[in-house]
Amino acid sequence: MSVLVSAEHDNGQLNVATLSSVAAAQAIGGDIDLLVAGESCQAVAEQAANIPGISKVIVADNAAYGKFLAENIAPLIAELGGNYSHILATATTTGKNIMPRVAALLDVQAISDISAVISEDTFKRPIYAGNVIATVQSADKIKVLTVRGTAFDAAAAEGGSATIEPLASVHNTETSAFVSEEMAESDRPELTAAGIVISGGRGMGNGENFEMLYNVADKLGAAVGASRAAVDAGFVPNDMQVGQTGKIVAPDLYVAVGISGAIQHLAGMKDSKIIVAINKDEEAPIFSVADYGLVADLFSAVPELDSSL
Amino acid sequence: MKVLVAVKRVVDYNVKVRPKSDNSDVDLANVKMSINPFCEIAVEEAVRLKEKGVASEIVVATVGQQQAQEQLRTAMALGADRGLLVSTEGDLEPLAIAKCLKALIDREQPDLIIMGKQAIDGDNNQTGQMLAALADLPQATFASEVSIEDGKAMVTREVDGGLQTLALNLPAIVTTDLRLNEPRYASLPNIMKAKKKPLDTVTPDELGVDTAPRVTLLGVEPPAQRQAGIMVEDVAQLVDKLKNEAKVIS
Repeated sequence: MSVLVSAEHDNGQLNVATLSSVAAAQAIGGDIDLLVAGESCQAVAEQAANIPGISKVIVADNAAYGKFLAENIAPLIAELGGNYSHILATATTTGKNIMPRVAALLDVQAISDISAVISEDTFKRPIYAGNVIATVQSADKIKVLTVRGTAFDAAAAEGGSATIEPLASVHNTETSAFVSEEMAESDRPELTAAGIVISGGRGMGNGENFEMLYNVADKLGAAVGASRAAVDAGFVPNDMQVGQTGKIVAPDLYVAVGISGAIQHLAGMKDSKIIVAINKDEEAPIFSVADYGLVADLFSAVPELDSSL
Repeated sequence: MKVLVAVKRVVDYNVKVRPKSDNSDVDLANVKMSINPFCEIAVEEAVRLKEKGVASEIVVATVGQQQAQEQLRTAMALGADRGLLVSTEGDLEPLAIAKCLKALIDREQPDLIIMGKQAIDGDNNQTGQMLAALADLPQATFASEVSIEDGKAMVTREVDGGLQTLALNLPAIVTTDLRLNEPRYASLPNIMKAKKKPLDTVTPDELGVDTAPRVTLLGVEPPAQRQAGIMVEDVAQLVDKLKNEAKVIS
């Protein structure tokens, strides 16, 4: 067996989410190669080569790959992936965008968001917003998988010495073009990588009230998330959404503030180690998954929490 | 401009799905079925493009069993002009669905294809991307804003950490995220009118599509259950527990 992991990065820094896919690849077994496709991404290749257990790092460095457009990266992965038994990427928005396109080019039924490796062809994955865990077996010759980052402990990042091989192959369809991007600037950790997450729901009332959560988050070194209800109400942007259709998080501590606990929200956070719920409705379903529940008005409890930290 | 919208019939958003007692599959007996929420957003976006005079015709398609006609009628009540059912015996996998939709693109030659980013049953998030690969078209997944300018689709996408805008040559495939729009409700007169709109049925065989499954469902199980913990009296006790019992803050 041989596994190709498509690395995620920003051309300068390897995204730690990649290490979850490496961990899944290690669970599958066999030789593991890493593909770094990007533009001026040599530094990423060097970081990737430090991951223990990687045979080689294949670097496709070209302007066509600089913005990770699916139209250009997918044929590259499909071309290279024909030589492997498994192709993996972490289920970030980039991985989810590209991997099904790779699978269709290879005439493979991809398996999304695997949460466990049972054998080389059998995997577990959550369906129906995580209300059910399915065990599925692939009959395809090549397995194309995306990996749920929170379900695999990150592989070690240092201590390896893989060889780095350049790959000259260029795919540039020019049917899509990058125009612009608007990245949220924040000193807080990324939601999916944070050790502590504090999230607000509809009970926050408006976007300004999220300031209370930002203050607490900054004292704890936490990321701030939100329920779909808070996003739908326009309080905060969608990239803060935790849940079935947003981000999946599993921090050491998750604090749900003014969140009732719809199943779609629970799907995104119930693997957190410790869950705290603060809600004034003692019947709120969030309390059924909380390790510590506090029935209180958040507008007094959160400032009090802030001042006691 | 002709717009093709693909929709899926799924278990209603509010139904809590459970495994069957023998854990062979999920128990879907007598549960409420609806149009997938992201697909509803896709229909709404197409209707808005038509209202702006950008789109001239909206064709709504689905791949599924006969009952999925209900969801096509729903889409037509929201504003789609006609329906296409690719009639199947059971549920198909995303790759097979994408192959059926590719055959429909060849027949219909739409300028824009809009679909949901994922169905809330399988949570696969694959079909749009696969269709884009098979039809060799550009894709913009997770769209929060779509406009047509100078013959291109300008699409803002919800990506990790922010927003990204792409310009796609037409025809193109767009998959919808939550914030793209808020779907309208169908009015009673429009529901009545939708019953008279044309709805054609084809089979995967007629489209020349091999729908043999590639993945076998070996079984399902409920997720590991969390036990409810304790209720604390006040913030001081909460902070004490987090520091000294759970040891997650210092």
